[in-house]
Amino acid sequence: MILYDYILSPGCYKARLMAALTGLELTLRAVDFHPGAEHRGPELLALNPAGSIPILVDGDLVLTESAAILVYISGKAAPAWLGNGQPATNARIQQWLSFSARLTASLGGARLHEMLHRPGDIVALRAAGVTALRELEAALFEQRLKNEAFLVTDRPTIADIACFPYVALAPDGGVSLDAYPSIRLWMRAVRSLEGFIEMPGIHRLHELKPDPHGLPSSSEAVEE
Amino acid sequence: MSGEAMIDQWYPVGLISQLLAKGRQTLLMGETIYVSCNAVGKAIVTTSDGRDLPVTERYGHVWSSLGLPAAPLFDIPEAEQPGRRLVDVGVVRVRCSPLRAVENFLDIAHFPFVHTDILGAEPHTEVENYKVEIREDADEVWATQVKFYQPQAARSASGGITTEYMYRVPAPTCSILYKTCPPRPSEWDVITLFVQPLTEELCDVWPWMALFDDETPMTDLIHFQQMIFLQDRSILENQIPRRLPLDPGMEIPTRADLTSVAYRRWLKRHAFTYGAQLVAQ
Repeated sequence: MILYDYILSPGCYKARLMAALTGLELTLRAVDFHPGAEHRGPELLALNPAGSIPILVDGDLVLTESAAILVYISGKAAPAWLGNGQPATNARIQQWLSFSARLTASLGGARLHEMLHRPGDIVALRAAGVTALRELEAALFEQRLKNEAFLVTDRPTIADIACFPYVALAPDGGVSLDAYPSIRLWMRAVRSLEGFIEMPGIHRLHELKPDPHGLPSSSEAVEE
Repeated sequence: MSGEAMIDQWYPVGLISQLLAKGRQTLLMGETIYVSCNAVGKAIVTTSDGRDLPVTERYGHVWSSLGLPAAPLFDIPEAEQPGRRLVDVGVVRVRCSPLRAVENFLDIAHFPFVHTDILGAEPHTEVENYKVEIREDADEVWATQVKFYQPQAARSASGGITTEYMYRVPAPTCSILYKTCPPRPSEWDVITLFVQPLTEELCDVWPWMALFDDETPMTDLIHFQQMIFLQDRSILENQIPRRLPLDPGMEIPTRADLTSVAYRRWLKRHAFTYGAQLVAQ
Protein backbone atom coordinates (compact mmCIF):
# COMPACT_ATOMS: atom_id res chain seq x y z
CA MET A 1 0.00 0.00 0.00
CA ILE A 2 1.63 3.25 -1.15
CA LEU A 3 0.84 6.61 0.41
CA TYR A 4 1.80 9.71 -1.57
CA ASP A 5 2.86 11.67 1.43
CA TYR A 6 3.96 15.09 2.64
CA ILE A 7 5.32 15.36 6.16
CA LEU A 8 3.55 18.69 6.85
CA SER A 9 0.17 17.72 5.40
CA PRO A 10 -2.50 17.05 8.04
CA GLY A 11 -4.44 15.00 5.47
CA CYS A 12 -1.45 12.72 4.88
CA TYR A 13 -0.92 12.55 8.64
CA LYS A 14 -4.48 11.18 9.03
CA ALA A 15 -3.48 8.22 6.87
CA ARG A 16 -0.12 7.73 8.63
CA LEU A 17 -1.76 7.99 12.07
CA MET A 18 -4.56 5.58 11.15
CA ALA A 19 -2.02 3.06 9.85
CA ALA A 20 0.12 3.41 12.98
CA LEU A 21 -2.87 2.98 15.31
CA THR A 22 -4.05 -0.14 13.46
CA GLY A 23 -0.60 -1.63 12.91
CA LEU A 24 -0.77 -1.45 9.12
CA GLU A 25 2.45 -0.94 7.18
CA LEU A 26 2.43 1.84 4.55
CA THR A 27 5.06 2.48 1.91
CA LEU A 28 5.61 6.24 1.91
CA ARG A 29 6.35 8.05 -1.33
CA ALA A 30 7.43 11.62 -0.49
CA VAL A 31 5.80 14.34 -2.60
CA ASP A 32 7.57 17.69 -2.99
CA PHE A 33 4.44 19.70 -2.17
CA HIS A 34 6.37 22.77 -1.01
CA PRO A 35 8.35 24.37 -2.58
CA GLY A 36 8.19 22.03 -5.63
CA ALA A 37 4.36 21.84 -6.15
CA GLU A 38 4.84 18.25 -7.36
CA HIS A 39 1.16 17.47 -6.62
CA ARG A 40 0.28 19.70 -9.56
CA GLY A 41 2.78 17.98 -11.90
CA PRO A 42 1.81 15.51 -14.63
CA GLU A 43 2.58 12.29 -12.72
CA LEU A 44 0.39 13.10 -9.73
CA LEU A 45 -2.36 14.81 -11.73
CA ALA A 46 -2.67 11.56 -13.70
CA LEU A 47 -3.33 9.77 -10.40
CA ASN A 48 -5.49 12.49 -8.90
CA PRO A 49 -6.92 15.14 -11.24
CA ALA A 50 -7.97 17.18 -8.20
CA GLY A 51 -4.26 17.89 -7.61
CA SER A 52 -4.38 17.13 -3.90
CA ILE A 53 -2.64 14.73 -1.52
CA PRO A 54 -2.88 12.27 0.20
CA ILE A 55 -3.25 9.60 -2.48
CA LEU A 56 -3.38 5.95 -1.43
CA VAL A 57 -2.63 3.28 -4.01
CA ASP A 58 -3.21 -0.42 -3.34
CA GLY A 59 -2.94 -2.46 -6.53
CA ASP A 60 -5.62 -1.12 -8.86
CA LEU A 61 -7.34 0.86 -6.13
CA VAL A 62 -6.58 4.59 -6.05
CA LEU A 63 -8.07 6.69 -3.23
CA THR A 64 -7.74 10.46 -3.14
CA GLU A 65 -10.09 11.50 -0.32
CA SER A 66 -8.72 11.21 3.20
CA ALA A 67 -12.06 9.96 4.62
CA ALA A 68 -12.10 7.13 2.07
CA ILE A 69 -8.47 6.33 2.94
CA LEU A 70 -9.39 6.07 6.65
CA VAL A 71 -12.28 3.72 5.81
CA TYR A 72 -10.00 1.53 3.70
CA ILE A 73 -7.08 1.32 6.16
CA SER A 74 -9.27 0.58 9.17
CA GLY A 75 -11.47 -1.83 7.19
CA LYS A 76 -8.37 -3.82 6.25
CA ALA A 77 -6.53 -3.72 9.56
CA ALA A 78 -8.96 -3.02 12.41
CA PRO A 79 -12.70 -2.78 11.60
CA ALA A 80 -13.56 -1.74 15.17
CA TRP A 81 -12.51 1.77 14.10
CA LEU A 82 -15.52 1.82 11.73
CA GLY A 83 -18.00 1.75 14.61
CA ASN A 84 -20.31 -0.93 15.98
CA GLY A 85 -22.53 -1.32 12.92
CA GLN A 86 -25.55 0.42 14.50
CA PRO A 87 -27.29 2.71 11.99
CA ALA A 88 -27.05 5.74 14.30
CA THR A 89 -23.36 5.13 14.99
CA ASN A 90 -22.54 4.68 11.31
CA ALA A 91 -24.45 7.82 10.44
CA ARG A 92 -22.79 9.89 13.15
CA ILE A 93 -19.39 8.75 11.90
CA GLN A 94 -20.35 9.88 8.39
CA GLN A 95 -21.55 13.18 9.84
CA TRP A 96 -18.10 13.85 11.34
CA LEU A 97 -16.26 12.70 8.22
CA SER A 98 -18.17 15.33 6.25
CA PHE A 99 -17.68 17.87 9.02
CA SER A 100 -13.91 17.31 8.81
CA ALA A 101 -13.95 18.89 5.33
CA ARG A 102 -15.02 22.15 6.99
CA LEU A 103 -12.04 21.94 9.31
CA THR A 104 -9.75 21.40 6.32
CA ALA A 105 -11.20 24.39 4.46
CA SER A 106 -11.19 26.78 7.44
CA LEU A 107 -8.42 25.88 9.91
CA GLY A 108 -6.35 24.19 7.19
CA GLY A 109 -6.74 27.22 4.94
CA ALA A 110 -5.67 29.56 7.75
CA ARG A 111 -2.64 27.36 8.43
CA LEU A 112 -1.52 27.34 4.78
CA HIS A 113 -2.01 31.09 4.61
CA GLU A 114 0.00 31.78 7.74
CA MET A 115 2.73 29.21 7.16
CA LEU A 116 3.25 28.65 3.45
CA HIS A 117 2.00 31.91 1.86
CA ARG A 118 -1.23 30.42 0.39
CA PRO A 119 -3.52 33.31 -0.64
CA GLY A 120 -6.83 33.65 1.20
CA ASP A 121 -9.02 35.83 3.41
CA ILE A 122 -7.40 35.07 6.75
CA VAL A 123 -10.11 36.78 8.82
CA ALA A 124 -12.88 34.77 7.14
CA LEU A 125 -10.89 31.51 7.37
CA ARG A 126 -10.30 31.97 11.10
CA ALA A 127 -13.93 32.91 11.72
CA ALA A 128 -15.15 29.77 9.93
CA GLY A 129 -12.60 27.75 11.92
CA VAL A 130 -13.87 29.14 15.22
CA THR A 131 -17.47 28.32 14.26
CA ALA A 132 -16.46 24.72 13.56
CA LEU A 133 -14.44 24.48 16.80
CA ARG A 134 -17.40 25.72 18.85
CA GLU A 135 -19.59 23.05 17.29
CA LEU A 136 -16.99 20.40 18.05
CA GLU A 137 -16.54 21.65 21.62
CA ALA A 138 -20.29 21.41 22.27
CA ALA A 139 -20.46 17.88 20.84
CA LEU A 140 -17.48 16.68 22.86
CA PHE A 141 -18.93 18.21 26.02
CA GLU A 142 -22.12 16.21 25.46
CA GLN A 143 -20.02 13.09 24.93
CA ARG A 144 -18.23 13.63 28.25
CA LEU A 145 -21.57 13.91 30.05
CA LYS A 146 -22.23 10.40 28.69
CA ASN A 147 -18.80 9.29 29.94
CA GLU A 148 -17.60 8.88 26.39
CA ALA A 149 -14.16 10.31 25.65
CA PHE A 150 -14.41 10.20 21.85
CA LEU A 151 -16.57 11.81 19.19
CA VAL A 152 -19.06 9.01 18.53
CA THR A 153 -18.68 6.29 21.14
CA ASP A 154 -16.60 5.40 24.18
CA ARG A 155 -13.83 4.17 21.90
CA PRO A 156 -12.09 6.01 19.06
CA THR A 157 -13.37 5.69 15.50
CA ILE A 158 -12.26 7.04 12.15
CA ALA A 159 -14.34 10.13 12.97
CA ASP A 160 -11.79 11.10 15.64
CA ILE A 161 -8.85 10.60 13.27
CA ALA A 162 -10.58 12.61 10.53
CA CYS A 163 -11.08 15.61 12.83
CA PHE A 164 -8.02 15.48 15.09
CA PRO A 165 -5.15 16.80 12.89
CA TYR A 166 -6.63 20.10 11.66
CA VAL A 167 -7.98 20.84 15.14
CA ALA A 168 -4.66 20.11 16.84
CA LEU A 169 -2.84 22.31 14.31
CA ALA A 170 -5.30 25.25 14.61
CA PRO A 171 -2.66 27.38 16.42
CA ASP A 172 -0.45 27.12 13.28
CA GLY A 173 -3.07 29.28 11.58
CA GLY A 174 -3.33 31.66 14.51
CA VAL A 175 -6.47 30.11 16.04
CA SER A 176 -6.03 29.43 19.76
CA LEU A 177 -7.47 26.33 21.42
CA ASP A 178 -7.38 27.87 24.90
CA ALA A 179 -11.15 28.42 24.95
CA TYR A 180 -12.07 24.76 24.36
CA PRO A 181 -11.51 22.50 27.39
CA SER A 182 -13.45 19.55 25.98
CA ILE A 183 -11.43 19.66 22.76
CA ARG A 184 -8.20 19.73 24.74
CA LEU A 185 -9.24 16.69 26.83
CA TRP A 186 -10.25 14.87 23.64
CA MET A 187 -6.91 15.67 22.00
CA ARG A 188 -5.19 14.29 25.07
CA ALA A 189 -7.23 11.10 24.77
CA VAL A 190 -6.22 10.75 21.10
CA ARG A 191 -2.55 11.40 21.90
CA SER A 192 -2.70 8.75 24.64
CA LEU A 193 -3.74 5.99 22.23
CA GLU A 194 -1.44 3.00 21.89
CA GLY A 195 0.64 3.43 18.74
CA PHE A 196 0.03 7.20 18.43
CA ILE A 197 2.55 9.00 16.22
CA GLU A 198 3.26 12.72 16.03
CA MET A 199 3.75 15.19 13.20
CA PRO A 200 5.48 18.59 13.25
CA GLY A 201 3.27 20.86 15.37
CA ILE A 202 1.61 17.95 17.20
CA HIS A 203 3.79 16.79 20.05
CA ARG A 204 3.65 13.56 21.96
CA LEU A 205 2.64 13.47 25.63
CA HIS A 206 5.99 14.13 27.34
CA GLU A 207 4.17 15.31 30.42
CA LEU A 208 2.67 11.91 31.11
CA LYS A 209 6.06 10.29 31.68
CA PRO A 210 6.72 9.14 35.26
CA ASP A 211 8.02 11.81 37.59
CA PRO A 212 11.83 11.47 37.51
CA HIS A 213 12.07 12.34 41.20
CA GLY A 214 9.86 9.44 42.19
CA LEU A 215 7.07 10.83 44.29
CA PRO A 216 5.92 8.35 46.94
CA SER A 217 3.29 6.06 45.46
CA SER A 218 -0.27 6.23 46.80
CA SER A 219 0.05 2.75 48.36
CA GLU A 220 2.97 3.95 50.52
CA ALA A 221 0.90 6.90 51.64
CA VAL A 222 -1.93 4.61 52.68
CA GLU A 223 0.37 2.36 54.78
CA GLU A 224 1.11 5.27 57.06
CA MET B 1 11.71 52.03 13.41
CA SER B 2 14.29 50.57 15.72
CA GLY B 3 17.42 48.82 14.50
CA GLU B 4 18.69 51.32 11.92
CA ALA B 5 22.05 49.55 11.89
CA MET B 6 20.37 46.50 10.38
CA ILE B 7 19.13 48.48 7.34
CA ASP B 8 22.47 48.04 5.58
CA GLN B 9 22.53 44.24 5.90
CA TRP B 10 21.68 41.67 3.22
CA TYR B 11 18.46 39.66 3.64
CA PRO B 12 16.99 36.73 1.73
CA VAL B 13 13.82 37.72 -0.16
CA GLY B 14 13.09 34.69 -2.37
CA LEU B 15 14.32 31.56 -4.10
CA ILE B 16 16.25 32.03 -7.34
CA SER B 17 14.50 28.93 -8.69
CA GLN B 18 11.07 30.51 -8.17
CA LEU B 19 11.67 33.95 -9.68
CA LEU B 20 8.76 35.14 -11.81
CA ALA B 21 8.69 37.93 -14.40
CA LYS B 22 5.36 39.15 -13.02
CA GLY B 23 6.98 39.48 -9.61
CA ARG B 24 6.03 38.69 -6.07
CA GLN B 25 5.16 41.17 -3.35
CA THR B 26 6.71 40.75 0.06
CA LEU B 27 7.90 42.77 3.05
CA LEU B 28 11.38 43.71 4.19
CA MET B 29 11.64 45.37 7.59
CA GLY B 30 8.11 46.70 7.30
CA GLU B 31 8.53 48.07 3.76
CA THR B 32 6.66 46.55 0.79
CA ILE B 33 9.05 45.26 -1.88
CA TYR B 34 8.64 43.47 -5.21
CA VAL B 35 10.90 40.59 -6.23
CA SER B 36 10.86 39.77 -9.95
CA CYS B 37 13.25 38.97 -12.80
CA ASN B 38 14.11 40.50 -16.15
CA ALA B 39 14.07 38.86 -19.60
CA VAL B 40 17.31 36.93 -18.96
CA GLY B 41 16.14 35.74 -15.53
CA LYS B 42 18.19 38.13 -13.43
CA ALA B 43 16.57 39.13 -10.13
CA ILE B 44 15.20 42.63 -9.64
CA VAL B 45 14.04 44.00 -6.30
CA THR B 46 12.15 47.30 -6.09
CA THR B 47 10.26 49.28 -3.48
CA SER B 48 6.65 50.37 -3.92
CA ASP B 49 7.83 53.84 -5.03
CA GLY B 50 9.91 52.28 -7.79
CA ARG B 51 13.35 52.48 -6.15
CA ASP B 52 15.76 49.73 -7.24
CA LEU B 53 17.33 47.91 -4.32
CA PRO B 54 20.74 46.18 -4.29
CA VAL B 55 20.54 42.53 -5.40
CA THR B 56 22.78 39.50 -4.91
CA GLU B 57 21.97 35.97 -6.09
CA ARG B 58 23.72 33.35 -3.97
CA TYR B 59 23.12 30.12 -2.04
CA GLY B 60 19.87 29.46 -3.91
CA HIS B 61 18.35 32.74 -2.80
CA VAL B 62 17.85 36.33 -3.91
CA TRP B 63 19.30 38.77 -1.37
CA SER B 64 18.49 42.42 -1.01
CA SER B 65 18.76 45.38 1.35
CA LEU B 66 16.84 48.57 2.05
CA GLY B 67 20.13 50.36 2.72
CA LEU B 68 23.63 50.28 1.31
CA PRO B 69 25.49 47.11 2.28
CA ALA B 70 29.09 47.97 3.07
CA ALA B 71 30.33 44.51 2.09
CA PRO B 72 29.28 41.71 -0.22
CA LEU B 73 27.19 38.86 1.21
CA PHE B 74 29.17 36.61 3.59
CA ASP B 75 31.10 33.67 2.16
CA ILE B 76 30.32 30.02 2.83
CA PRO B 77 33.42 28.43 1.23
CA GLU B 78 32.25 24.87 2.04
CA ALA B 79 29.08 25.41 0.02
CA GLU B 80 31.23 25.91 -3.11
CA GLN B 81 32.90 22.47 -2.79
CA PRO B 82 32.08 20.25 -5.77
CA GLY B 83 29.93 17.19 -5.12
CA ARG B 84 27.51 18.80 -2.67
CA ARG B 85 23.75 18.61 -3.16
CA LEU B 86 22.25 22.08 -2.81
CA VAL B 87 18.80 21.93 -1.24
CA ASP B 88 16.22 24.74 -1.48
CA VAL B 89 14.02 23.86 1.49
CA GLY B 90 11.43 26.58 0.77
CA VAL B 91 9.90 29.31 2.88
CA VAL B 92 8.04 29.02 6.18
CA ARG B 93 6.38 32.05 7.78
CA VAL B 94 6.67 32.36 11.55
CA ARG B 95 4.96 34.86 13.82
CA CYS B 96 8.09 35.60 15.83
CA SER B 97 11.00 38.02 15.95
CA PRO B 98 13.59 37.29 13.24
CA LEU B 99 16.24 37.32 15.96
CA ARG B 100 14.33 34.72 17.98
CA ALA B 101 14.27 32.42 14.93
CA VAL B 102 18.07 32.60 14.73
CA GLU B 103 18.54 32.18 18.46
CA ASN B 104 16.41 29.02 18.48
CA PHE B 105 18.55 27.62 15.65
CA LEU B 106 21.63 28.13 17.84
CA ASP B 107 20.19 26.20 20.78
CA ILE B 108 21.05 22.55 21.35
CA ALA B 109 19.39 21.93 24.69
CA HIS B 110 15.88 21.76 23.22
CA PHE B 111 16.66 18.86 20.86
CA PRO B 112 15.47 15.96 23.07
CA PHE B 113 12.23 17.74 23.94
CA VAL B 114 11.18 19.30 20.62
CA HIS B 115 12.89 17.02 18.08
CA THR B 116 12.36 13.85 20.10
CA ASP B 117 13.96 10.69 18.70
CA ILE B 118 15.45 12.65 15.79
CA LEU B 119 17.92 15.29 16.93
CA GLY B 120 17.83 14.19 20.57
CA ALA B 121 16.26 11.79 23.02
CA GLU B 122 15.78 11.49 26.74
CA PRO B 123 17.74 10.67 28.86
CA HIS B 124 20.62 12.03 26.70
CA THR B 125 19.81 15.64 27.55
CA GLU B 126 23.16 16.94 28.77
CA VAL B 127 24.89 19.61 26.70
CA GLU B 128 28.62 19.10 27.18
CA ASN B 129 30.95 22.07 27.44
CA TYR B 130 31.70 23.78 24.16
CA LYS B 131 33.61 26.83 23.01
CA VAL B 132 32.03 30.15 22.05
CA GLU B 133 33.74 33.26 20.75
CA ILE B 134 33.07 36.46 18.87
CA ARG B 135 35.79 36.29 16.18
CA GLU B 136 37.03 39.86 15.98
CA ASP B 137 38.75 39.52 12.56
CA ALA B 138 35.64 38.22 10.79
CA ASP B 139 33.19 39.91 13.18
CA GLU B 140 31.15 36.72 13.53
CA VAL B 141 29.81 34.62 16.39
CA TRP B 142 31.23 31.07 16.44
CA ALA B 143 30.44 28.08 18.63
CA THR B 144 32.74 25.07 18.20
CA GLN B 145 33.31 21.64 19.73
CA VAL B 146 29.59 21.19 20.26
CA LYS B 147 28.75 17.51 20.74
CA PHE B 148 25.36 15.91 21.13
CA TYR B 149 23.92 12.40 21.02
CA GLN B 150 21.38 12.12 18.20
CA PRO B 151 19.11 9.17 17.33
CA GLN B 152 18.75 10.29 13.68
CA ALA B 153 21.12 13.19 13.03
CA ALA B 154 20.42 13.46 9.31
CA ARG B 155 18.30 11.86 6.63
CA SER B 156 21.43 9.86 5.72
CA ALA B 157 22.10 8.63 9.29
CA SER B 158 20.98 5.15 10.24
CA GLY B 159 20.91 4.82 14.01
CA GLY B 160 22.18 7.00 16.83
CA ILE B 161 25.51 8.83 16.66
CA THR B 162 27.26 11.51 18.64
CA THR B 163 27.14 14.43 16.27
CA GLU B 164 29.61 17.28 16.26
CA TYR B 165 28.44 20.77 15.44
CA MET B 166 29.87 24.21 14.73
CA TYR B 167 27.61 27.24 14.62
CA ARG B 168 28.39 30.48 12.89
CA VAL B 169 26.47 33.78 12.81
CA PRO B 170 27.83 35.97 9.99
CA ALA B 171 24.84 38.37 9.80
CA PRO B 172 22.15 39.36 12.29
CA THR B 173 19.42 37.15 10.77
CA CYS B 174 21.52 34.36 9.26
CA SER B 175 23.15 31.35 10.83
CA ILE B 176 25.19 28.52 9.39
CA LEU B 177 25.46 25.16 11.06
CA TYR B 178 28.32 22.79 10.26
CA LYS B 179 27.52 19.26 11.25
CA THR B 180 29.08 15.79 11.14
CA CYS B 181 28.43 14.34 7.69
CA PRO B 182 27.48 10.67 8.13
CA PRO B 183 28.49 9.46 4.61
CA ARG B 184 31.72 11.49 4.59
CA PRO B 185 33.24 11.83 8.09
CA SER B 186 36.09 14.12 6.98
CA GLU B 187 33.67 16.83 5.78
CA TRP B 188 30.97 18.98 7.35
CA ASP B 189 27.39 19.17 6.14
CA VAL B 190 26.26 22.78 5.77
CA ILE B 191 22.77 23.67 7.01
CA THR B 192 21.74 27.29 7.01
CA LEU B 193 18.91 29.36 8.35
CA PHE B 194 18.35 32.52 6.32
CA VAL B 195 15.71 34.76 7.90
CA GLN B 196 13.85 37.55 6.10
CA PRO B 197 12.62 40.10 8.65
CA LEU B 198 9.10 41.08 7.54
CA THR B 199 8.42 43.08 10.68
CA GLU B 200 9.94 43.01 14.15
CA GLU B 201 7.57 40.21 15.13
CA LEU B 202 7.05 38.36 11.84
CA CYS B 203 9.55 36.61 9.61
CA ASP B 204 9.92 34.36 6.62
CA VAL B 205 12.47 31.61 7.21
CA TRP B 206 14.37 30.17 4.24
CA PRO B 207 16.40 27.13 5.32
CA TRP B 208 19.02 25.97 2.79
CA MET B 209 21.49 23.10 2.78
CA ALA B 210 24.68 21.98 1.00
CA LEU B 211 25.14 18.30 1.79
CA PHE B 212 27.27 15.36 0.80
CA ASP B 213 24.53 12.79 0.24
CA ASP B 214 24.21 11.07 -3.11
CA GLU B 215 21.66 8.51 -1.94
CA THR B 216 18.67 10.29 -0.48
CA PRO B 217 16.05 11.62 -2.92
CA MET B 218 15.88 15.43 -2.97
CA THR B 219 12.28 15.45 -1.70
CA ASP B 220 13.28 13.40 1.36
CA LEU B 221 16.07 15.86 2.14
CA ILE B 222 13.59 18.76 1.91
CA HIS B 223 11.01 16.98 4.06
CA PHE B 224 13.55 16.10 6.76
CA GLN B 225 14.52 19.74 7.18
CA GLN B 226 10.92 20.99 6.98
CA MET B 227 9.91 18.46 9.62
CA ILE B 228 12.63 19.73 11.95
CA PHE B 229 11.82 23.38 11.39
CA LEU B 230 8.06 22.94 11.74
CA GLN B 231 8.60 21.25 15.09
CA ASP B 232 10.24 24.54 16.17
CA ARG B 233 7.60 26.81 14.67
CA SER B 234 4.88 26.32 17.28
CA ILE B 235 7.44 26.84 20.06
CA LEU B 236 8.75 30.05 18.46
CA GLU B 237 5.25 31.47 18.09
CA ASN B 238 4.66 31.04 21.82
CA GLN B 239 7.83 32.63 23.16
CA ILE B 240 7.33 35.57 25.51
CA PRO B 241 8.33 38.37 25.26
CA ARG B 242 7.87 38.27 21.50
CA ARG B 243 11.01 40.30 20.86
CA LEU B 244 14.43 38.97 21.78
CA PRO B 245 15.41 40.47 25.15
CA LEU B 246 18.83 42.10 25.08
CA ASP B 247 18.52 43.38 28.64
CA PRO B 248 20.54 41.00 30.82
CA GLY B 249 17.99 41.40 33.61
CA MET B 250 15.32 39.51 31.72
CA GLU B 251 16.56 35.93 31.81
CA ILE B 252 19.00 33.72 33.64
CA PRO B 253 21.12 31.81 31.10
CA THR B 254 22.82 28.51 31.87
CA ARG B 255 26.10 27.19 30.47
CA ALA B 256 24.23 25.50 27.62
CA ASP B 257 23.07 28.97 26.48
CA LEU B 258 26.59 30.34 25.85
CA THR B 259 25.99 30.70 22.10
CA SER B 260 22.81 32.62 22.70
CA VAL B 261 24.57 34.88 25.19
CA ALA B 262 27.33 35.63 22.67
CA TYR B 263 24.75 36.22 19.89
CA ARG B 264 22.82 38.69 22.02
CA ARG B 265 26.02 40.44 23.08
CA TRP B 266 27.12 40.71 19.43
CA LEU B 267 23.70 42.08 18.38
CA LYS B 268 23.85 44.67 21.12
CA ARG B 269 27.39 45.70 20.24
CA HIS B 270 26.34 46.45 16.65
CA ALA B 271 22.96 47.92 17.58
CA PHE B 272 21.33 45.12 15.56
CA THR B 273 18.07 45.61 17.39
CA TYR B 274 15.31 45.13 14.80
CA GLY B 275 13.18 42.51 16.58
CA ALA B 276 14.87 43.02 19.94
CA GLN B 277 13.59 44.26 23.27
CA LEU B 278 16.14 46.62 24.76
CA VAL B 279 14.66 47.29 28.18
CA ALA B 280 12.86 44.66 30.23
CA GLN B 281 9.13 45.41 30.46
